[in-house]
Amino acid sequence: MAGSAASGRKRSKIAPYLMCLPALAYLFIFFVIPLFTLLKTSLSVNTGSVFLPKLEFQWQWSNYHSAFNDYSSQITRSFVYAGIATLISLALAYPLAYYIAFKAGRAKNFMLGLVILPFFVTFLVRTLAWKTLLSDDGAVVHFLTTIHLIPGEGRILSTSWGVINGLVYNFLPFMVLPIYVSLEKIDLRLIEAARDLYSSSRRAFLKVVLPLSLPGVFAGTLLTFIPASGDFINAEYLGSTQTTVIGTVIEKQFLVVKDYPTAAALSFVLMAIILVMVLTYSRVLGTEDLV
Amino acid sequence: MTMAGAIPEADFFGETPALSEPPKEKKQRGRIGDWVLRLVAWWVLFYLFVPLVVIVVFSFNAPVGKFNLTWHHFSLEAWSDPFKYPQLTDALKTSLQVAAISTVIAVVLGTFVAIALVRTRFRGQEGVNLFLVIPLTAPEVVLGSSLLTLFLGLHWSTGLTTIIIAHVMFQISFVALTVKARVRGFDWTLEDASMDLGANPTRTFFKVTLPLIVPGIIAAAMLSFALSLDDFIITYFNSGSTVTYPLYVNSAVKAGLPPQIDVLATMILIASIALLAIGTLYRRRRAEV
Repeated sequence: MAGSAASGRKRSKIAPYLMCLPALAYLFIFFVIPLFTLLKTSLSVNTGSVFLPKLEFQWQWSNYHSAFNDYSSQITRSFVYAGIATLISLALAYPLAYYIAFKAGRAKNFMLGLVILPFFVTFLVRTLAWKTLLSDDGAVVHFLTTIHLIPGEGRILSTSWGVINGLVYNFLPFMVLPIYVSLEKIDLRLIEAARDLYSSSRRAFLKVVLPLSLPGVFAGTLLTFIPASGDFINAEYLGSTQTTVIGTVIEKQFLVVKDYPTAAALSFVLMAIILVMVLTYSRVLGTEDLV
Repeated sequence: MTMAGAIPEADFFGETPALSEPPKEKKQRGRIGDWVLRLVAWWVLFYLFVPLVVIVVFSFNAPVGKFNLTWHHFSLEAWSDPFKYPQLTDALKTSLQVAAISTVIAVVLGTFVAIALVRTRFRGQEGVNLFLVIPLTAPEVVLGSSLLTLFLGLHWSTGLTTIIIAHVMFQISFVALTVKARVRGFDWTLEDASMDLGANPTRTFFKVTLPLIVPGIIAAAMLSFALSLDDFIITYFNSGSTVTYPLYVNSAVKAGLPPQIDVLATMILIASIALLAIGTLYRRRRAEV
């Protein structure tokens, strides 16, 4: 990057700020400020009616108390589902990303195209397709009962596994792509050097490839875990009333019950938990370079 | 990418004959490892692919009742009248309109940031980088609901405009990061060359910088268009009475799912594949010249 620093000098000093300003201002107004209005809502009381809510701000911390108490099972469920889905995604995505980065040869672009192809069918329609696939008389259940992985009268749709499968499926490309990018960036000479120094291929993988791909793993797990923990579509379409998650509650409270303070408090709880987890996780993995 | 030729097959689990001579037994295991890896990779792609096949197949279904969820028999009925439901068609039009407008805005805003980040050094750069990533780390319910509280506070009624505002918000980061990633490794000395030859910065920007980053911009635009078309949760919170394609689908889940939903999804899918194919062919041709 030395070259870019040198040529940067020729430009005016304020140019980069001017180029950043519109986007940053936009994000400030429509991302940062809404977080404050959300916080304010979460500490307010509804003094109007259900049909015509009138919010009054008064440091109503009890909103948080009731949000935690009333919906703790949904909160736990969301993070358990998201956690399991993330682990499964990682197990599926790493081999695929590795294969595309190092072994695919001419098929590389084709395979990358296949990875992003699901994005071109609406999220909801994809999830509905799983409703068909996982139905009680569908192919997946039939296959799994045949190999006795699930009992004869077993089902997947309307269970936790149905929801987890939906989460894995819908966010898998977000796991594959960052891992692929980090693998692709690896200087092949490093692996060559490891092999020259009589490292076995497994050792070369564990000592060279894997550590260098960790930033991708980090980004991928976040891009999977975070949307998965807030998602409610998979729980709604592929689960049952037994699988409601925190997203379901937020949606219903905001848009159906119109209990804005509770809904806002729940949103904030969700974000706070994610933030703590992400910070802990980044400490453990020791990566600052997200992208 | 010059290094790709240095190692015969980039074959890390397997043998690399010129470099060392691994024991025979290892070679064997390497081959099995390779084979397993290939199997897993294609199996995962298959997994990603299956629901898409279901969608295409079910667009040819003649469902019993209102819900197109179980196979009955083959029919061309839905394909012969894909725009049978005006509300569905309108919803799709709205989605395309939202995606087009928000993509244009987000691409302009995001590209400028990306160029500033890659091409210049300035104080606070790391902060800008971080700030761009943060919206990606917030779950969609939080983004959607927080925007709704803003609009409620401002007494704005939600609708087409608020949907577009919301979409641009999540697209900016994707655009900036995509363009940034794409333009990182370029030979920027071309810019210096241009200026050395007497072009002013503006001319250099339009004649050298912009052509270099256009492929990155196109990729970013395609990504954010797709993200906009696909978005349900954020849109749901800020839509008011406006109905996009995903919102229509969501209400149809309760009221009745016509096969036309799958027909339109298949059309979008085919159009996307065609675009991808054209892009790939174009790139390949340019690489050959």
